[in-house]
Amino acid sequence: MTGLDRLKAAFVQALGIPADGDFDTLAYAVTPGWDSVAHMNLVAEIENTFDIMFPTEDVIDMSSFAKAKEIVTKLGVDLSA
Amino acid sequence: MQPDASPEKDTAPETQMLDGKITFVTGSTRGIGWATAQLFAQHGAVVILNSRANQQLLDERVAELRSRFAATAIGFCADASETAAVKGCYAEIFKQFKRLDVLVNNAGIMQDSVLGMISEPLVDRSLAVNVKGPLFHLQEASRLMTRNKSGAIINVSSIIGSAGKEGQAVYSATKAALLGLTKSAAKELAPKGIRVNAVTPGLIQTELLRDLPEDKLAEALAGIRMGRAGQPEDVAKVILFLASDLASYVTGQVIGVDGGMIL
Repeated sequence: MTGLDRLKAAFVQALGIPADGDFDTLAYAVTPGWDSVAHMNLVAEIENTFDIMFPTEDVIDMSSFAKAKEIVTKLGVDLSA
Repeated sequence: MQPDASPEKDTAPETQMLDGKITFVTGSTRGIGWATAQLFAQHGAVVILNSRANQQLLDERVAELRSRFAATAIGFCADASETAAVKGCYAEIFKQFKRLDVLVNNAGIMQDSVLGMISEPLVDRSLAVNVKGPLFHLQEASRLMTRNKSGAIINVSSIIGSAGKEGQAVYSATKAALLGLTKSAAKELAPKGIRVNAVTPGLIQTELLRDLPEDKLAEALAGIRMGRAGQPEDVAKVILFLASDLASYVTGQVIGVDGGMIL
């Protein structure tokens, strides 16, 4: 399982979305179920998955799956491995 | 500063109410914060101390916890009003311990001023230390606690925040804000298994009290039904209760520790 797969699994777990959906269209406050409460659960899920801690600015900034990839990469996660 | 422990304890309570818990007490080199830190260490907690700027005293306190209680203790010098410094503390806690079980939001300032003499810098400083600081501590702590779906946060407010007092409009406003923060955070964090409560100490025997003129002190003592000022340990014991599993079903509460004080 690559880092990208694990990131997708975190989204599936936290947002209750289908595992085979289009992740690139996921967006905060647009995707059904991705509200502020789910957002904090999602952040916690990603942090636990990769054993990292988001700076608050990134918690606020993580508005899409693409942005999530960017943030975890910045925090040292290799999504291809 | 790295965690360390010495081999012998001089005090070992029969019940370790916080055994192995990672605890962070802000403003913990003196008064209520220091009493709380000692009690936590006595009850088996890992204690993270904090001072606004006094590194030497902080180091002495850390060393004392290690030697007296064989506690794992570290210290962070950080001003509660500086958001970056606050966030830095939690990044370090994550790095060293990966978790946080208890936060005691104790750091605060009290500067008296009658309404007509209140200056903008006084308001700004009081809000920054007594409201903004605790809010960001709570934000960061709750994020670490969310990962384990458990935790306890205790905000140290004041009887002045719930009852008000002449000459303390700014202080009372900031401590009242802390009560609002407590209640809102308790509701938001309860589903995540995190409890948030507050204590409202009355007249407590701290350094602040030593500066009170004799006649003012006598007047204040006359209004306390138990006839004495509280000790920092009186407050620390209530904080210990709220931090422990004894309070596992208590959240959103404000507990007065004031000896029956009338304001």
